[in-house]
Amino acid sequence: MSQKIVALSSIARNVVREGGSCNASGGFACGASPDDIPKGLWRKVQDHPCYSEDAHHYFARMHVAVAPACNIQCHYCNRKFDCASESRPGVVSEKLTPEQAARKVMAVAADVPQLSVVGIAGPGDALANADKTFRTFELVKQALPHLKLCLSTNGLALPDHVERIADMGIDHVTITINMVDPEIGAKIYPWIFFRHRRWKGVDATRILHERQMEGLEALATRGVLVKVNSVLIPGVNDENLAEVNATVRAKGAFLHNIMPLISDPAHGTHYGATGQRGPTASELRTVQDRAGSRQMRHCRQCRADAVGLLGEDRGAEFTLDKLGEAKPYDPHQRETYLAVVERERADRQRAKEMAQMSLPVPNPPVLVAVATKSGGRINQHFGHATEFQIYEVALRGVRFVGHRRADRFCAGGQGDEDAFAATLRALDGVSALLCAKIGQRPRERLAAIGITATDQFAFEYIEASAIAWYASQSRPGSAAVGA
Amino acid sequence: MALQIVANNCTGCGACEFECPNRAITARAAVFVINPGKCTECKGIYPAPQCAAACPIPKTCVKA
Repeated sequence: MSQKIVALSSIARNVVREGGSCNASGGFACGASPDDIPKGLWRKVQDHPCYSEDAHHYFARMHVAVAPACNIQCHYCNRKFDCASESRPGVVSEKLTPEQAARKVMAVAADVPQLSVVGIAGPGDALANADKTFRTFELVKQALPHLKLCLSTNGLALPDHVERIADMGIDHVTITINMVDPEIGAKIYPWIFFRHRRWKGVDATRILHERQMEGLEALATRGVLVKVNSVLIPGVNDENLAEVNATVRAKGAFLHNIMPLISDPAHGTHYGATGQRGPTASELRTVQDRAGSRQMRHCRQCRADAVGLLGEDRGAEFTLDKLGEAKPYDPHQRETYLAVVERERADRQRAKEMAQMSLPVPNPPVLVAVATKSGGRINQHFGHATEFQIYEVALRGVRFVGHRRADRFCAGGQGDEDAFAATLRALDGVSALLCAKIGQRPRERLAAIGITATDQFAFEYIEASAIAWYASQSRPGSAAVGA
Repeated sequence: MALQIVANNCTGCGACEFECPNRAITARAAVFVINPGKCTECKGIYPAPQCAAACPIPKTCVKA
């Protein structure tokens, strides 16, 4: 198997900074960061990459595809489709039995000390395959009790399983809720299968809506953390998502994740075939900004068999035929990793606070793109980046606002020119690009369209570097830290 | 009197297997098949055949 997701040495690079703590409150919420949630909750999410933006720099998850059946039909889903190079929900290359899934989890845990979470997210609905889902969790819990268990569901079967979810210690449940108005729902879901019948139209979506709300409330009452996913479908539910946010937050959802519709005629979905488009990056951001509190913006819409940190997928390294004799899991490796992460996180937070204190006179907010592999550091070569993390720097401080993909879906055979065009699209509206290394020619091409690309902050912390770059713009010649 | 599954359409998801009241559906390699000896088309049990109602692909669970 190849190297670890990221070598411990690469994130434990010693950065010495002077000065103590400060009270700069720059951490305005994005997903859950340590700044904006109560301590008890933070402990529950601090190593779950999907529930905490901060955690996604350090921790990995894996999905095991034990749940192929589904009980509803969505217009953005086509169950006949698989492509190994596709990255989106509902797509898998191999289905597993619970026993195979447990074997795979053990193999990944032995190789990837960052692994914190095992999730079941389809390719159908985790709770439409409840027996297989719970059996898998039982086996994983027996073998590796330190892993967090997590599932995602459309909510239709949820009220029937709340007790079992809570009793098993499944801490995290994601419900996909695309509407709170059944009339809108009828444009998203052609049918559901419920209580031995197929329901269509508003009759179907009224049932789905009621079951989603009932399940959400019941989970929240039992202290299970609930994340709500919503697919933003321009012209269909964009106007409804602020209401979805208010409703689910009032009923106890911890986090709301508005994701863009992925739509392409080649996928064979109803939306793909009828020309329904997905939102642009700025449309998505507008809806997220309008929708209200506790938004997740770092979702990568991963496959139902994804393995690794959110921005990458090592699923192909752990297919059944490659598992072989599983190495034993070494708890010491994991403990070492956790200790390194704890130190790194505190150091990075301090660096951010220090840098924020040095923020210069008011400048308009700017967007800074970062090439990073993990660890909260600028540690990826520009040419290797398939996505960029976008940070906004303003007088209030620095915040993560989302990521943009620079690759293309299953486009195969496109030349370098097209790849660069995709990169330019991903960097639209960005003022600076911070990366570990960049060649002369791409640097010049970016400069020509007004983007400053630099490797001057290679291997430094993201937030502090973004601020330092911003500061150096208003006071030429001084990339000041510690005003 | 039985239904059959069009193998080319079947995704192998198994939604039909869960719902069949007669346990007439089993996996065979990557797809599911209906045992015509056990299938009653759900007559007298449900208003419509459960496999066809649960199947995500149109025209896949059809009359034999």
